[in-house]
Amino acid sequence: MRFAAPTDPTPGFFRPLRITLAATAAGLALASCSVIGGGGEDDSGSDAAASGSPESAGGKVVLVTHGSFNLGEDLIADFERETGYELVVQAAGDGGTLTNKLALTAGDPPGDVALGVDNTFASRALEEGVFAEYTPAQRPDGVAAYDLPGDDGSHLTPVDTGNVCVNLDTAWFTDQGLPRPSTLDDLTDPAYRDLFVTPGAATSSPGMAFLLATIAEYGEDGWQDYWTDLLDNGAKLVDGWEDAYYTDFTQGGGNGQRPIVLSYDSSPAFTIGKDGSSTTEALLDTCFAQVEYAGVLDGAENEEGARALVDFLLTDEVQAALPDLMYVYPVSDTVDLPKAWAEHAPRAEDPHTLDPAEIEDNRETWLREWSDLTTR
Amino acid sequence: MRRTAGLVALAALPVAVLSVFFVLPVSGMVARGFWPEGTFDPGQVLDVLGRPRTHRVLWFTLWTSTAATAIAVLFGLPAAYALHRLAFPLRGLVRALLLVPFVLPTVVVGVAFRELLGEGGPLGFLGWDGTPAAILAGLVFFNTAVVIRTVGATWESLDPRPAEAAAALGAGPWTVFRTVTLPALRPAVVSAASVVFLFCATAFGVVLTLGGVRYASVETEIYLLTTNLFDLSAAAALSLLQLLVVTLLLALSARLRATPDGAVARGVSRPRPLFPRRAARRPGPPAYGDVLAALSTLLLLLLVAAPIVTLIVGSLQRSGGGGWTLDNYQALGGTGEHDALLAPAIDALVTSLRTAVDATWMALLLGGLVALVVTRRSHSRSERRIRGVLDGFFMLPLGVSAVTLGFGFLITLGPLRSSPLLVPIAQALVALPLVVRTLVPVLGGIDDRQRQAAASLGAGPLRTALVVDLPIVWKPLLAAAGFCFAVSLGEFGATSFLARAEEPTLPVVIFQLIGHPGAMNYQMALAASVVLAAATTVVMLLVERLRVPSAGAM
Repeated sequence: MRFAAPTDPTPGFFRPLRITLAATAAGLALASCSVIGGGGEDDSGSDAAASGSPESAGGKVVLVTHGSFNLGEDLIADFERETGYELVVQAAGDGGTLTNKLALTAGDPPGDVALGVDNTFASRALEEGVFAEYTPAQRPDGVAAYDLPGDDGSHLTPVDTGNVCVNLDTAWFTDQGLPRPSTLDDLTDPAYRDLFVTPGAATSSPGMAFLLATIAEYGEDGWQDYWTDLLDNGAKLVDGWEDAYYTDFTQGGGNGQRPIVLSYDSSPAFTIGKDGSSTTEALLDTCFAQVEYAGVLDGAENEEGARALVDFLLTDEVQAALPDLMYVYPVSDTVDLPKAWAEHAPRAEDPHTLDPAEIEDNRETWLREWSDLTTR
Repeated sequence: MRRTAGLVALAALPVAVLSVFFVLPVSGMVARGFWPEGTFDPGQVLDVLGRPRTHRVLWFTLWTSTAATAIAVLFGLPAAYALHRLAFPLRGLVRALLLVPFVLPTVVVGVAFRELLGEGGPLGFLGWDGTPAAILAGLVFFNTAVVIRTVGATWESLDPRPAEAAAALGAGPWTVFRTVTLPALRPAVVSAASVVFLFCATAFGVVLTLGGVRYASVETEIYLLTTNLFDLSAAAALSLLQLLVVTLLLALSARLRATPDGAVARGVSRPRPLFPRRAARRPGPPAYGDVLAALSTLLLLLLVAAPIVTLIVGSLQRSGGGGWTLDNYQALGGTGEHDALLAPAIDALVTSLRTAVDATWMALLLGGLVALVVTRRSHSRSERRIRGVLDGFFMLPLGVSAVTLGFGFLITLGPLRSSPLLVPIAQALVALPLVVRTLVPVLGGIDDRQRQAAASLGAGPLRTALVVDLPIVWKPLLAAAGFCFAVSLGEFGATSFLARAEEPTLPVVIFQLIGHPGAMNYQMALAASVVLAAATTVVMLLVERLRVPSAGAM
């Protein structure tokens, strides 16, 4: 009797039938809402995306970029109308992931154009032969200032720029009657103990920029001591920028407890209080300049389309939209900044910089040292 | 001969899929590490294994994963009992709710946990933020559902009569549990524990977010080495180390899983009411052990609820403070403040659901085949060994770094790498081991003599499967389906790497929202997370409803 059938009043021969019916019904219901069953025909995706389908007039242009890229629907529609190409966006990971993705697929790229390789990673991409030579015929005034030293615009076209800076909750300092800190040195002052939070250099590109700022300020042999002091003074490390800003920063909307955070010089434009003035301030002596580049990928299937897209990224239309869309400054001098930015987010005039070649030579050493210094 | 041919045919599809979408990409990436400049140079790889930092990272991974697995099993067992063997009001809802953590994107859970544990949070006094304690709490939060589901499915289909017989012979509840129930459950418990261990050992977001970047596990180290240090040799070394540990673990768990007497009788039991009515057969107050299980489940529910409630409250707050509102939910129809998204968030939910349907049928099909092949009675020693290897082979995707796999896809899959099917396939690979681990203990527990009896009565293999296997495996199959769906809905790592920007899934959208400035976007991200959690709960409740009437009816 050990293998007696489960107690069930249904006569044996009905059971399989009922199960079959139930399974069929479930199967039909599922098929109607799957990716294959539902979106197959109207969706132009599939392999055609990569192989440049002849259906649309100029074919497809595939843009490879990072997770926080955003051009907005209107601009994409404009590009497609003006050039006849269809724009497909492949977004993945952060700047480091993007660069490595491109480096690993050099010569057989997953798209036609890459946008989002920044000045801390650009040398690595160039060294791996990721980009084909291309310089847009018409570059607006001001762009040349952001060219990667050494490349000078031959492969990489600057698209946007931003400065990573330490930010303050101004109201908190007023309430506490504490003078506001203003330099990197101040952050190690015991008066500001347990007040600072920053994303880590190994997991976040602003975090990396901050590490580079400290290297630029204290030199290749001095930054380690600075970081030791910083951590001893209660600086908090978190995973990403969003974690630092939203969870730990006192002006981030949550119940954060730290009034000093690593963010951007444009951040104060996003924290306008009821009285019309910003509740935060960027410390302009603590900044590191980031520039993001676009370039035609070597081995691109649609090279013509790729060039058209790089050209498009420098038009006034795109440049003027960048601040609101991507939180960054345009590289072109010919467009105006949004009003809130002009009023509340003064730009760092003289941010820290490092020679890209020096970054390329030392990035791994620095990151290793930093990781050993910060992990237990 | 025909037998073997039939088994090979059954195993062919899953093996082929796993070879193309797992073995090929991973070996492609590992090969890059061994051939750094195009020439074979294993020295660098071996060198990494000797670094003190590598040992530290390995030790941290091992002890946190072991501790988290133990805690998850401790919490999961009583809950599995309460939710699958006891009847009480809202049981289905509680079951569905306990699965919610499993699908929440890590980035959101990270924020929710840190709101709770952070310096200003209600649990801030514990001082857990940025410590291993927070990492453990996060891992347990995510993985207890695995124990409840896997063990619960088996417990439910356990024949209650041996336990009843033991009780009738005078054994106390604890003795019955220890000597009758636990041995029968052991395969399921070991299965669940090994899956949880693998999930913990490859956890990425939890370690980074809750540990405050101050602790490195093998997985975070591979990420750092691959994406930032471009040290593929070192990454390959760690990937191999991962594979080695996983293989050892699987061998160990296979040994522990084997039931002492070969097969355990299966039946379908009726849940016992927690609060028996006077008219019921067993009057009086609820049994002591039942109450204990129920209380422990309640505690678990509270622990799981705390971060989720934090999310819900946040999603209902007006941005910038000041009152309750539904604005954040209405905003999901749009693209966010400053057009943070390419497509309205609501579209992403549809994409998520569609992708989940595909991932679910793929995982069920492949996992079902694997479970069938693995559990058929072996006729020789070598045949049994092959089955054992096959069983372990399909667990491997859980134990290997998502970063390695993701980059491997890029360099080895050629034209396939931009196919929209890649996303559900990758998700199905993650869900596959869960399906196998849920089905194998149950299928393995069916007495083969039942099949032989059916066959001798003239039933073909298909009909045998329908009349013998399916009625017993039906509920675990549903449990597995719900699981796959949940895994797919919540999967972020592989999806964000592979999904096309125009068609993001909901977790990808949440990540985009949270990474864009503007308080409203943050609040929208919380609302989207709540929607994701709600969608999962609804799907789980539907799956629970789908059960065949024959199961559990009197």
